[in-house]
Amino acid sequence: MAAAIAAAECGAKDILLIERDQHLGGLLNQCIHTGFGLDYFKEILTGPEYADRFIKKIKSMSEIEISMQSFVVGLTKNKTLTYLKPGGMREIRAKALIMATGCREKTREMVHIPGTRPAGIFSAGLAQKLINIEGLLPGKEVVIIGSGDIGLIMARRFTFEGAKVKAIIEIQGKSRGLVRNVVQCVEDFDIPMYFSHKVAKIHGRDRVERVSVVKVDGDMDEIPGSGFNIDCDTVLVSVGLIPENELIEMAGVAIDGKTNSPVSKEVNKTSVPGIFVCGNSFKVYDYVDSVSADSEKAGKMAAEYLLTV
Amino acid sequence: MKMCDVVIIGGGVIGTAVARELSRYKISISLLEKEEELAFGVSKSNSGIIHPGTKNPPGSLKGRLCVEGNKLTRQLAKELYIDFKMVGELVVAFNKEDVARLLGIMADGIRLGVPGLKMVDKKWLKKNEPNLSDKAVAALYAPTAGIISPYRWVYDFAENAAKNGVEIRTDTAVKNIIPLKPGFKIETSNEPVLARFIVNAAGLYADEISKMAGVSSFKITPRKGEEFLLDKKREHITNHLLFPLPSKTSKGILVTRTADGNPMIGPTSEEVDDKDDLETTASGLEKTLAGARMLVPSISENDIIAYFAGLRPVAGDDFIIRHEDKSPGLVNVAGIQSPGLTAAPAIAIMVAGILKANGLALKKKQIFHKHRKKDVHIFSLPREKVKRIIASDAAYGDIVCRCETVSAGEVRDAIARGAKTMDGIKFRTRAQAGRCHGSFCTTRLIKILAEAAKKSALEVTKRGRGSELVKRDRIKSE
Repeated sequence: MAAAIAAAECGAKDILLIERDQHLGGLLNQCIHTGFGLDYFKEILTGPEYADRFIKKIKSMSEIEISMQSFVVGLTKNKTLTYLKPGGMREIRAKALIMATGCREKTREMVHIPGTRPAGIFSAGLAQKLINIEGLLPGKEVVIIGSGDIGLIMARRFTFEGAKVKAIIEIQGKSRGLVRNVVQCVEDFDIPMYFSHKVAKIHGRDRVERVSVVKVDGDMDEIPGSGFNIDCDTVLVSVGLIPENELIEMAGVAIDGKTNSPVSKEVNKTSVPGIFVCGNSFKVYDYVDSVSADSEKAGKMAAEYLLTV
Repeated sequence: MKMCDVVIIGGGVIGTAVARELSRYKISISLLEKEEELAFGVSKSNSGIIHPGTKNPPGSLKGRLCVEGNKLTRQLAKELYIDFKMVGELVVAFNKEDVARLLGIMADGIRLGVPGLKMVDKKWLKKNEPNLSDKAVAALYAPTAGIISPYRWVYDFAENAAKNGVEIRTDTAVKNIIPLKPGFKIETSNEPVLARFIVNAAGLYADEISKMAGVSSFKITPRKGEEFLLDKKREHITNHLLFPLPSKTSKGILVTRTADGNPMIGPTSEEVDDKDDLETTASGLEKTLAGARMLVPSISENDIIAYFAGLRPVAGDDFIIRHEDKSPGLVNVAGIQSPGLTAAPAIAIMVAGILKANGLALKKKQIFHKHRKKDVHIFSLPREKVKRIIASDAAYGDIVCRCETVSAGEVRDAIARGAKTMDGIKFRTRAQAGRCHGSFCTTRLIKILAEAAKKSALEVTKRGRGSELVKRDRIKSE
């Protein structure tokens, strides 16, 4: 939304915003905690409030057409998009394209945690969506793997819901999340955090029953004899985020195999002229405020690019 | 109490292939499965390979039934509209001794009637399998090897069997079998059923079922295999299924691919005590990577996006497929490890023959529906077709699973075809099977499943009772 608004404000006339969900705002809608907007709006807002500022603005702008529940299945180098929506398949050619596809969470499988595959293993973001959007509590005794911000925030959220967060297990020597989240979401609730520890195995046939935890040394190797078990019915995985760029990869944009970001010397640009990438799909940011600022830059760049073609 | 001519115990690939084969005849058939859905045992966790028939001793049941099964599978795939990809396999030799062994395997294969076998040299390999290790000197090429989705294969057999009158009861565990001479009374977790004949296709539990019916002549030992799937981005890492030379107990660590295009490496082979031991291990990963890299050195740990463990039901070296004279009416189909998936249709025909030989009259029905209704998979269809389908049914344009492009229409179809659990939806549609592992689509799937089954979200399970996904509904409990 920030990129579309900025492009329009910089003179782009005919803008289509394609959203696959039923609501605008993306992941912000499930982030009902506060802490958003301090930088951008100089106010403390919740995620939905932050998104709503943009939704109100974008809906008032006649240059921007919004297509909801629209899922892009194809993208070519000359910026022809094919998308599906209930009842139809559309094709459209863009002069400039801004990708604001965000990021996804790394999974348990990506970090190769051995063990069984029972119910009760969730990415932190999925647990957040279940609780905050659907009103469903996915577990009562929780172990969190990794100390990413979503995991820390969910530690507090589960505690508020009456669940017991038994431990946060972080393989590195310090938290990956923001200091404010460590303090406000973990320390304030006396949730045990284990640094330089990893989950060596997940147990349970039908539902998670416990995890085996072990201490690691500086080379991330297990220290023999340091293992212990924690009984739990739920494992949350919060081990990092990766930009979602599979679509532009389809169009031949060069993608860094390690980070999944576009290969580019300049922020927001890609190897294909006229395809821009903004926000968390370019690189993963800590604050939504930075995402908005970065996306506005991409919107401006796209509008400027249109003057050259 | 219901009286059946044949009760099949076990809803895996063997049970459902037998059910489909027997459904040609004017007999009453019931299939009992203890799990919530079919294919939830051995059949869901294996390599999905349709073997050409090499690497089994001539004279063994495995040898004969694998070659026949390969031929039948190719034909049945067309009748039942399953995607069978005949990609061919290479058994790779790294030195002179290997080549000598390969020639022996080739001679055995020719004797068994495996079509199209030939030795290929280094030059051929360089051209046709460029990522294969430089150390490979030659390979045995078998063009009739291929891949299939093992669980979708089960669902296709079952659906077609049901269309032809077979009654399928899931969530029905056999508790006790009482011989009535003639026939049996089978007590289950639900209603009991009477059977003239029992076909025991209970996989890992075939020994226990046989014992209930009075025959304890074999024991099933689970042998675990761990498999690791790579990202679809690496789809073209190989063109054929790649095998090392087989060892005494297994076919070794392979580089294959699933029917959906993900390369797959594995399986390990390790005897375990527990029929529930489906744990993957750090050492399994290590062994698998090492084995796979012998064949394709460029395979990286970072390519792995999923993994699972499966159990092979082992009962000696060969399959056990026989009528038990000690318990008249009992037909054991046990120890169906690899190449059981390939052999399944041939085993089914053999079982029909055994039943007939033991007094079951097999008269063909006037009408036998040999085809199945084709299902829609948006991601595999050409654009023009997708356009038409969405225009006629909006739900196919409503994408639920972003990683694998699965629509609400496909999920709805899967439920109509029998999916009752999240895994059942995954196996049929691929929703949740992609990169994000369901992070984005799980909530939507829970809602669709709950609504279709008129259940609450609390009752939605991953794979049956005990695997419920959520613990409390805040809105409904307040």
